[in-house]
Amino acid sequence: MFIINKLKQISVAWYFLIVILLVYFFLFIFKQDLFFQSTAFFNSVIFKIIPIFVLVFVLMSITNYFVTPKFVSKHLNEKGVKKWIYIIIGGVLSTGPIYMWYPLLADLKNKGLSYGLIACFLYNRGIKITLLPIAIFYFGWKYVLVLSLAMIFVSIIQGILLNKLIK
Amino acid sequence: MKQAITKAGKGLWKAFPMILGTVLFISLASVLIPKSFYTTIFSKNIFFDSVIGSSIGSISAGNPITSYIFGGEFLTQGVSLLAVTAFLVAWVTVGLIQLPAESAILGKRFAFLRNITAFILAIFVALITTLILRVF
Repeated sequence: MFIINKLKQISVAWYFLIVILLVYFFLFIFKQDLFFQSTAFFNSVIFKIIPIFVLVFVLMSITNYFVTPKFVSKHLNEKGVKKWIYIIIGGVLSTGPIYMWYPLLADLKNKGLSYGLIACFLYNRGIKITLLPIAIFYFGWKYVLVLSLAMIFVSIIQGILLNKLIK
Repeated sequence: MKQAITKAGKGLWKAFPMILGTVLFISLASVLIPKSFYTTIFSKNIFFDSVIGSSIGSISAGNPITSYIFGGEFLTQGVSLLAVTAFLVAWVTVGLIQLPAESAILGKRFAFLRNITAFILAIFVALITTLILRVF
């Protein structure tokens, strides 16, 4: 029973890693050429991204320190266009799992926040400031900049659309 | 500040097995799967490629870093930037996994409409992004 409970506490991500490691283990035994080709590719990728993770860690710490749900809800009480700007900034800067924000958004909904603004907030969560170094590493700064701006623009469209669809 | 650093550390540690597993998985896939496989899924048709990219992104879940790794690899395998962009955007804006929680807390109609529009808009974002990049 104790072991079953312990196993239930392990996240799916760890099971995924264990399965992949087992595949590599069997490859090492039965298909060494494939194993060495794959590990060579793995090394080339992992050593490039490790330094970027250090930067991501620093950015995440800074964001966690300054942007809290309390900070966001405080600034969402603005009016007019300013409200949309704060919603976008709030969405971009918000951290943590998305479901963590649902109760706060539901509470703000009860306090008068429109569905469009909630959708706009959630859409802008897709732009991850803390992960920008990795995105730039893979796709270049120009692409990341254009994509981020396009997403901000479209988040407003989605907000307006949902305000019209849900009345 | 200590709390913020700990939270960041925990966040990265939580993502660690998925990121490591993904890089290992992609390393294996890059050796096992021929380039032609990707070109058969993505037809080089602007509309279908972006729909396929958005669909794969919608049903996928996890840390966005994983999507960058996959997206980067898709690009090197010859998949179009349009499809990869739709994939990346849908990954972070469509949440099929969180749909039950979103419906329960924010309402079924809202959750359904938000995810449907996010799926369609992922294609739109991909179109805008690739068009702007082509001009500049």
